[in-house]
Amino acid sequence: MSTEARREMQEAERARLEGKRCRVAVCAAAGCLSNGGQAVREAIARTVAEKKADDAVELFGTGCLGLCDAGPLVQVQADGETRLYEKVDPSTAARIAAEDAVGGEPAEDLLDAANAAFFAKQRKIVLESSGRVDPERIESCVAEGAYEALQKAVTEMTPQDVLHEITASGLRGRGGGGYPTGLKWSTVYKAKGTRKFVICNADEGDPGAFMDRSVLEGDPHRVLEGMAIAAFAVGADQGYVYVRGEYPLAVQRLKTAIKQAERAQFLGGRVLDTGFSFRVDIRIGAGAFVCGEETALIASIEGNRGTPRPRPPYPAMSGLWGHPTLINNVETFASVAPIIRNGGAWYSSIGTEKSKGTKVFALAGKIARTGLVEVPMGLTLREIIFDVGGGIPGGRAFKAAQTGGPSGGCIPAPHLDLPVDYESLASVGSIMGSGGLIVMDETSCMVDVAKYFMEFCRDESCGKCVPCRAGTVQMWGLLDKITRGEAARGDLERLEQLCDLLKSTSLCGLGQTAPNPVVSTLRHFRDEYLAHIDERRCPAGVCEIAPPAAGEVQP
Amino acid sequence: MNLTPQTPPHPSGDKRFKLLDVAIKRHQFRQDALIELLHTAQELFGYLDQDVLIYVGRAVRAPLSRVYGVATFYNFFSMKPPGEHTCVVCMGTACYVKGAGQILQALEQEHGIKAGETTEDGTLSLVTARCLGACGLAPAVVFDGEVAGKIGVGATLERVRPWTAASARPAEVRP
Repeated sequence: MSTEARREMQEAERARLEGKRCRVAVCAAAGCLSNGGQAVREAIARTVAEKKADDAVELFGTGCLGLCDAGPLVQVQADGETRLYEKVDPSTAARIAAEDAVGGEPAEDLLDAANAAFFAKQRKIVLESSGRVDPERIESCVAEGAYEALQKAVTEMTPQDVLHEITASGLRGRGGGGYPTGLKWSTVYKAKGTRKFVICNADEGDPGAFMDRSVLEGDPHRVLEGMAIAAFAVGADQGYVYVRGEYPLAVQRLKTAIKQAERAQFLGGRVLDTGFSFRVDIRIGAGAFVCGEETALIASIEGNRGTPRPRPPYPAMSGLWGHPTLINNVETFASVAPIIRNGGAWYSSIGTEKSKGTKVFALAGKIARTGLVEVPMGLTLREIIFDVGGGIPGGRAFKAAQTGGPSGGCIPAPHLDLPVDYESLASVGSIMGSGGLIVMDETSCMVDVAKYFMEFCRDESCGKCVPCRAGTVQMWGLLDKITRGEAARGDLERLEQLCDLLKSTSLCGLGQTAPNPVVSTLRHFRDEYLAHIDERRCPAGVCEIAPPAAGEVQP
Repeated sequence: MNLTPQTPPHPSGDKRFKLLDVAIKRHQFRQDALIELLHTAQELFGYLDQDVLIYVGRAVRAPLSRVYGVATFYNFFSMKPPGEHTCVVCMGTACYVKGAGQILQALEQEHGIKAGETTEDGTLSLVTARCLGACGLAPAVVFDGEVAGKIGVGATLERVRPWTAASARPAEVRP
């Protein structure tokens, strides 16, 4: 397809939508679908057909609308207004279709004004097209500007220009490490090699995180566009998306998107009639957390056991089959197109001094509004949890926020006013991570949480290096002993020694960061550990500690 | 280069091997497609037995040690046949803080198996998932592919009970 043809597709779709009175988006993300979203969509379609209003109403499935807790969600856009209906079932869906979509009268009694707060402090860049595009139709995505940035890059810019914009934007790796994206791209650009590769890391392994899945399901073309721009900048001609096997819907949408994009010549040979070619293949993971580590991921794409190898050489110099390889996370690639479209300076005007732009978080756990949010960097944890997330349900007290999954830490109440960016989260012993944010209240035992994450790391350790393979087993054993009320003070010392050992001697990030949940809970909740050891009591009442046997001396 | 190797058809004449052949050809007998091929094989056969591993290994000319190494490394691949019904308990952080641990414990107690095992009569496989990514539905349990969200211990046990009840009676009669 030529650039002209892309414009024609965009205008044709826009003209078609102009003719509609109203657009009805039904959330088609995995959360809402498994909650009965399909039945809701069918009910709306049936009612619209009964009222013979097919010409006036555009009904489509869309990416995650954010409030996963209140699904299935239906969004109605008409006369410049947007209304979000929550917890829709087939009978209320029929009413929404008849009254709002066809009749033009909002079904007021079904709307909940309280959720306006959920959206007030958000700023959507990565998720901007949720509720606007149908991820399964490329026309719909192109009408909203998909592949415009790619066209700009390949027809009006040089690779150096693209690198310059990305560097100027201040974008940092959204997988959790926070490595400057512009620097990584420049390294791959400068690396010498007969071939180069671009890999999108969609092996979202952190339990409690679903940002990447939502982005892939809701707007796969945005990720593909970001990869294509990256490939153009660094000189790659082949890309891979490495997706978790647990995300079948994301895989299916991605497959459809790649097929459509190749047909439209946004991917494949001679992209947009230029000399640039870029093919994308999907690789499906098979359930190994360690494959989120870049060298392990490369081994897995090559068809081997997903074990990491020492770095350097970094993949940017020697990656897939020994060729220079650029690896970025889904959210990083999804941020690229808006940066190219609006310029790096625009992006760097958002956020804090060292952390630019926005970050997507998956809010979950003991929080009123579970869901997917995107906020500018620098918002405080309190704003995210209490203003956006609606606070803790059931009148309970906030205890800790867990970020970064098994590599991260728990942040206690005194640090709630911390601005969320890479540096300040690190200063309190946690990490930004990929964006999972689990809220815990007073009914969670922090020793039990630390044990949970250690069990995870123990099971997921690939076994290649000894500190991680044996260390996680020993650490889990000590934590288990503490939660059973059988530990002594010396065990705590041993635990701390092991934390240091794993951190400094493990081969890859999994082992190096595995102690983080223990270190951070020891730092902020030491009294809970001591209560288990000295008083043989679990303050939160989670751990089952047997009362001391008769005649036994209290330690 | 092994662009067009000839692999003899599987002696059993099982049609599923023909479907596996199609996938092997589509991937041009490449070794780096090993994981993809194991995915396909598991979809076709339900699990990976030794016979299938040998077959795939020969097709891509990889030593059996490597095929076995890959198949046992990844959690997704199972070397044992699955039960008639499968119950997956999500153990992601969000589900865990909302009581997934208790759900799993109750299931393990009632059916006398641990996570990752199948009941002796082959009716139920109990599996845990790292995270389904459906944290808005926490705690989530998957019953034969159907996700149920915000589910309690009692409701979970009730959904699973009919599966094992059907064959439990004849099993008791057996000497």
